[in-house]
Amino acid sequence: MAILDIAKRLAGREVSAVELAQDTLGKISAQRDLNAFLHVDPDLTLAEARRADARREAGEAEGGAKPLLGVPVAHKDIFVTRDWRSTAGSKMLEHYVSPFDATVVTRLREAGMVCVGKLNCDEFAMGSSNENSAFGPVKNPWDKSRIPGGSSGGSAAAIAAGIVPATTGTDTGGSLRQPAAMCGVTAIKPTYGRVSRYGMIAFASSLDQGGPMAKSAEDCALLLDAMVGFDPLDSTSLDNPEAKVPVWRAFSDQIASKHPPNGEFAGLRIGVPREFFQGVIAPTEREQSVFTHNAVSELVHLAIEEFARRGATLVDISLPRTALSIPTYYVISSAEASSNLNRFDGMRFGHRATHYKDLGDMIAKSRAEGFGREVQRRILTGAYVLSHGYYDAYYLQAQRVRRLIADDFQDAFKACDLIMGPVAPTTAWKIGEKSTDPVAMYLEDIFTLGVSLAGLPGMSVPCGFDASNLPVGLQIIGNYFQEPAMLATAHRYQQLTDWHLRTPGAAT
Amino acid sequence: MSFDAETLNRLSRLAALDISPDQLRSLGGEMDSILALIAQLQAVDTAGVTPLAHPLSALGEIGLRLRTDVAAAGIDRAANMKNAPETENGLFLVPKVLE
Amino acid sequence: MTWEIVIGIETHVQLATESKIFSSAPTAFGAPPNTQASVVDLALPGTLPVLNGKAVQCAIKFGLAVNEGRSDNIARRSVFARKNYFYPDLPKGYQISQFELPVVTGGSVTIYVDGVEKVVKLTRAHLEEDAGKSLHEGLETSGVSGIDLNRAGTPLLEVVTEPDMRSAAEAVAYAKALHGIVTWIGICDGNMQEGSFRCDANVSVRRVGEPLGTRCEIKNLNSFRFMEKAINYEVRRQIEVIEDGGKVIQQTRLYDADRDETRAMRTKEDAMDYRYFPDPDLLPLVISDSDIAKAQAIMPELPTAMAARMVADLGLSDYDARLLTQSRATATYFFGLIEKCPGQTKLAANWITGELASQLNCDSLEIDVSPVGFIQLGNLLNRVADGTLSSKMAKEVFGYMWAGELGGDADAIIAARGLKQVSDAGAIEKIVDEVLARNEKSVAEFKSGKEKALQALVGQVMKASAGKANPGQVNDILRKKLSS
Repeated sequence: MAILDIAKRLAGREVSAVELAQDTLGKISAQRDLNAFLHVDPDLTLAEARRADARREAGEAEGGAKPLLGVPVAHKDIFVTRDWRSTAGSKMLEHYVSPFDATVVTRLREAGMVCVGKLNCDEFAMGSSNENSAFGPVKNPWDKSRIPGGSSGGSAAAIAAGIVPATTGTDTGGSLRQPAAMCGVTAIKPTYGRVSRYGMIAFASSLDQGGPMAKSAEDCALLLDAMVGFDPLDSTSLDNPEAKVPVWRAFSDQIASKHPPNGEFAGLRIGVPREFFQGVIAPTEREQSVFTHNAVSELVHLAIEEFARRGATLVDISLPRTALSIPTYYVISSAEASSNLNRFDGMRFGHRATHYKDLGDMIAKSRAEGFGREVQRRILTGAYVLSHGYYDAYYLQAQRVRRLIADDFQDAFKACDLIMGPVAPTTAWKIGEKSTDPVAMYLEDIFTLGVSLAGLPGMSVPCGFDASNLPVGLQIIGNYFQEPAMLATAHRYQQLTDWHLRTPGAAT
Repeated sequence: MSFDAETLNRLSRLAALDISPDQLRSLGGEMDSILALIAQLQAVDTAGVTPLAHPLSALGEIGLRLRTDVAAAGIDRAANMKNAPETENGLFLVPKVLE
Repeated sequence: MTWEIVIGIETHVQLATESKIFSSAPTAFGAPPNTQASVVDLALPGTLPVLNGKAVQCAIKFGLAVNEGRSDNIARRSVFARKNYFYPDLPKGYQISQFELPVVTGGSVTIYVDGVEKVVKLTRAHLEEDAGKSLHEGLETSGVSGIDLNRAGTPLLEVVTEPDMRSAAEAVAYAKALHGIVTWIGICDGNMQEGSFRCDANVSVRRVGEPLGTRCEIKNLNSFRFMEKAINYEVRRQIEVIEDGGKVIQQTRLYDADRDETRAMRTKEDAMDYRYFPDPDLLPLVISDSDIAKAQAIMPELPTAMAARMVADLGLSDYDARLLTQSRATATYFFGLIEKCPGQTKLAANWITGELASQLNCDSLEIDVSPVGFIQLGNLLNRVADGTLSSKMAKEVFGYMWAGELGGDADAIIAARGLKQVSDAGAIEKIVDEVLARNEKSVAEFKSGKEKALQALVGQVMKASAGKANPGQVNDILRKKLSS
């Protein structure tokens, strides 16, 4: 059910926040096998629900205000919460309880949302399949032998399985968009700096952004509206005029405007990057294979053609450094992560080893025991690219290529309003299929990484299913601060199609 | 180009990760593939390009915002230290530090 | 074979702000452990740094102060970088500092050693955060250290000199001058016991004409006395090593005041690769013309300008002006003093640089906690100026005031001890007559040309008058009587 419909039911007293919460808690229990949730506390949730009902009684939702009041939400375990544990999917923080809430959590609570628990994710947000969680993989509701995508795998699965109408996730290189695509749900990663990172356990500081996941673009617009905004506790939080434009109002204005006679999307120029579809001259054979024409590119082509059929102009554009975004991203994100994770030393919080010779040994053993393999690989990679003698050749070089990639997007946006293409090269693969080869996993992110490097907003919108009934996602990329336009375009597409309304059948 | 044992040992010391020799061996192979991936950057001609450290800089020269110098009250020591493995009289306890 | 000593100094100046550099926790000294460590200071997951504008302003003021008020040494764009290493007093596992682009580059500090002027050039000054503290004793649990992060995040300005100093004396003179500057412009409280001002000395030796020797860093010198001893010991040690045919190993050393020696630190800091990179949680610091103008507007008159004014307007010597502008407190004392005894500028200057300085030094006190304030001293000097006291007697009274007698009230002490100078010509003549009568030998010697005999007679008169006779008058009256 759309969030606005839930809001209507709550307003009409057809259902209370407490009843909704109880219903959600029941659904969580019934689908425990998905392993989407890490922490659930019915008492806490019901207390929040009662508060939401009380606020409604006090008139806070009069006249359609506070549409999120009483609506259930679950947070990715990367957002710290005072009342639930926050593990970041890691043994390092298995028992950690934060003394403060993330700004995103506070904002959604202020909007009246009722938290039903914390969601499983790849450890420290590092991964594309949710197989790197220390607490077991999450299962894709469309096929439980398959991955849901990552790192926000729990967030996507919980929406797809119909457990909760709204979840939060984080996106560093595609971690909102890719699991949304793998699970057939809608998500948006905002312009870097629009959503506060205070309280988001850091992975890569210049790339991390929090965002919503839901069944539709309209729902995402509601949620994003409550999540964005300047935060004085985050020095990278934006407070310029464009960042202050209210998302929901701008979105509503756009969808309210009557569509032109020659099609809903007349006037819209859609850039189609040739590197996202054709074979690209990739340095190795392995990379070549991800670009092979397959069901994903077929369905995404068809989706883009829907826009063209309804008035949009398709523009052939080039993002020449698409393949290069992979090493660029891995150098930068590993470097930043390796430093961000130094604070996990067993001294003030987190896992501490029980057997050690001295202080140095204690730190090294605690970290080796607390961090999983992927995290350790990235820490070592990060230490390498920052080390004396390699800093210029790797880290600085990556930052230079990053600027070229950002410039490529700006060049492209001279000729188009939005860029569209696939989110991922494949649909969901089987659990265990790629987890033995780290680089194979990295290549899966090829279409989402550049957007993160440039700090641009990006969406994933369901656009079809392959022969195995596995979801495919359409990526919509906008220029900075274009979230309302992107959400409006996606919303119109969702009024003409029903991919986003499909649910995993009982048969799978 | 490869991650030899010496390099891996140096990096694991820098990163304070106590990795066993067995694990280091298998890690070596994985790190080699990663190294081959990131080495692709070397071939790119970036002469005259300024590094982009913050995506926000792509929007224009944006400077660091400053905070007013006011000390905030309300530090809850007990709450802040509740996750500590070992404490005594408000101090975090760690294995003895040798100077 | 002459040795040349080469010294560079790095000073960590704790900035006098209300809150920390990257968090809003308070910075007051001496609070119970971890009661001034916020979630940001403890580096809890999800926390982020936000820069304190006052710390930036302090850095700007410093840049201006070491560049005669000009701002060309202040970077309009500087970058914060992470210095990565593991240590219990470093909660994030990295220190936020500045590496390639510091906020201040260049500037200088002028020092005087035995009257010789020297300019010590500054390489740079940059902003960074202080670390916490480890306690190794007094814990109930054994085999552990206790970590207090109250100090973690306190703003520091690290000031680095070129290796311009050539002796321990020059190094100490520089440290004192720098201390004077940072307290003068109000960016630091200068309290060395509380760790507000900490110096590291980089020391090397070389035979004259040869290239620079390997240097050792002596860390955490928090007293000028220890700095001098530590450097002298280290120089001797290095020379000995080389003369014995060995090589000086580059290392970090600590000074042990009890044993008066430096020893190598146990940590392997020297081999550490800090992997500096720009902190992605902080954007570049941009300093505008308006920021600099705001700082200039609140800058006090710099000591060199004030000294020049003292010379031009008050007729003081360069030397006296320099001494009086050594610290804000000294200058304040001086101006207060001359207001109390107008027209006695030279006398005031002499007393501050002479008697007062001597007593302060004796008791290891700073002028701002002098037992004799400028109002009290002013009263005393007025009694010298109006003839009530001789200079010699004034020094005696000063001693009583210093000891706190009668609340340090000069007039009360003079009255109680009956020290008023006798300037009544008649009374003095009477004593002179008595002395002349008793000292025929000296009279005869003087009359036969021995000037020294007069001094003996003056001494006798002073003794007979218990020191109270006005010496000038005694001299005049004696000469008059002896020539008649």
